[in-house]
Amino acid sequence: MLAQFLQFLFSGITVGATYALAALGFTLIYNASNVINFAQGEFIMLGGMLAVFFAQAGLPLPAALFLAILVPAVVGVLIEKLAIEPVKGAETVTLIIITIGASLVIRGLVQVFLGKGTHSLPAFSGDTPIEILGATLMPQSLWVLGVTAVVVVALWYFFNRTLGGKAMLATSFNRTAAELVGINTNGVLFLSFAMSAALGAIGGILITPITLTSYDVGIMLGLKGFVAAVLGGLGNGLGAVVGGLLVGILESMGAGYLSSAYKDAIPFVLILFILFFMPRGLFGARVTDRV
Amino acid sequence: MQKRAYFGLYIVIAVLAILPFVLPNSFYVDLAIRMAINAIIVLGLNLLIGFAGQISLGHAGFLGIGAYASAVLPTHFGWHPVVAMLAGAVATGLLAAIVARPIFKLKGNYLAMATLGLGIIINIALRNEATYTGGPDGMPVPVFELFGISLSSDKDWYWVVAAVLVFSVWASLNLIDSPFGRALRALHGSEVASKVVGVDVVRYKVAIFVMSAVFASLMGSVTAHYVGFVTPNLADFFHSIELMTMVVIGGMASVYGSLIGAVLLTALPQALATFEGWETVVFGVILMVCMIFLPKGLVPTLAAKFGKGE
Repeated sequence: MLAQFLQFLFSGITVGATYALAALGFTLIYNASNVINFAQGEFIMLGGMLAVFFAQAGLPLPAALFLAILVPAVVGVLIEKLAIEPVKGAETVTLIIITIGASLVIRGLVQVFLGKGTHSLPAFSGDTPIEILGATLMPQSLWVLGVTAVVVVALWYFFNRTLGGKAMLATSFNRTAAELVGINTNGVLFLSFAMSAALGAIGGILITPITLTSYDVGIMLGLKGFVAAVLGGLGNGLGAVVGGLLVGILESMGAGYLSSAYKDAIPFVLILFILFFMPRGLFGARVTDRV
Repeated sequence: MQKRAYFGLYIVIAVLAILPFVLPNSFYVDLAIRMAINAIIVLGLNLLIGFAGQISLGHAGFLGIGAYASAVLPTHFGWHPVVAMLAGAVATGLLAAIVARPIFKLKGNYLAMATLGLGIIINIALRNEATYTGGPDGMPVPVFELFGISLSSDKDWYWVVAAVLVFSVWASLNLIDSPFGRALRALHGSEVASKVVGVDVVRYKVAIFVMSAVFASLMGSVTAHYVGFVTPNLADFFHSIELMTMVVIGGMASVYGSLIGAVLLTALPQALATFEGWETVVFGVILMVCMIFLPKGLVPTLAAKFGKGE
């Protein structure tokens, strides 16, 4: 009983950490620009696929992983420069379609150049499972959780202790006011795309040894990251992390105890209930509408 | 405005009347039928997105309910196709209303999230309930028949769909000019302001959402009977996006834009087939370029350029 529960919990937290990173990515971009970036999932996929590609090309693992984070960040910046900045202030639906277009381009290019196959990455520190109260924990899960924790702490430090982070926060509260006190809001937008792409890529790399990757895994991962972001209250960083872990855990529990066929539906059922009964998400702020 | 608007309707009628006599073969007739079906769905979706300013990322889900109602109910339960079609529409309407009421009390992008979730849940259910739906492989749909006349040839379908399209264009034009349409445009402009002048914002938003969902469901049934086969792909996320893209590329809040958007995006996959393997990339680039350079969509941008303005 307990062992089984722990097993579901471990796998839930592990996947949930990836959702949390994706949700943080959504949150960063949403705060900087009010854009819901539907290409977020493709950054996750890109991270995993590029790590596999660079590793197979013979690069040492650390170099391969570094490149697999750097390239998606560059792609994120390109999307921002070429497609988001020129249409600043456009309708939400226009922006959504642009990011969906970007996600199709990324997915299509990966499919053309890296193929449709499913790939895996060797676990970073072996495959010997760790036994805890009858449940097994893969060492890779510890990597996922550890790195996610480091990223969250680093982000906290960035937003609370550095000028750049505070400039981003200021922009998310009020863009015009931020511009008036001399904050380069375009720079903020630029940085937010680079950071959220890198976050997605990190999540994608970490989870690849456990869940495998292929050119089309981005859609579902991205949408679940979006669910996690909304669950935590869109725009709230802490909420995104909690939302991600919660989505991961509930999905894993639901798949284990209720129905594995409906595993992918669980996050979406969850979000419908949240929207009905806790419309601002778990940590969302109250907003008032101006005329 | 009235006269100019109807002028467009006459052109649509004329084009639809001439088309079957100039189309070289049944491949093009089939393409025209699918364009017209999409155009009808997009008209309904444009009322929601363009006029009322609400986003639905799950419209293919509603389409799927209609399509599968027409496939499952007659096949497994012996219902008459017309009854099945109406049952699908009623079920869709109820579902849309139940979901929309609490959601529309919220602001911002939550409808996008809720409809996205709903669409994905519907799609997963269609894939999993294989006993009734045939699972991922889909299932055949019986021929549509009414009063002993059955619809099977492409030409018959063409005239039926064309008639429905003309009716939909006419109805949309009238709806936009009605008090209901004005209320919708008002709440798109400013919700608070329209509340102040007495528009029941939530009720209007729910009404237009339910209406566009029912449109999609009915056309889902038509698609199912016309194609004779349904698969869960009809209801997937990508199809929802395609429908939304038709609205935006043609032109938000533009009736004729809906038609243009549907025609272009239905034809696009045929045109892209020549790019072996690169279809997805090219499709994505086209979406982005259109939105960057024509953010308001083709018809409104061109109309503004040539000083006609809708």
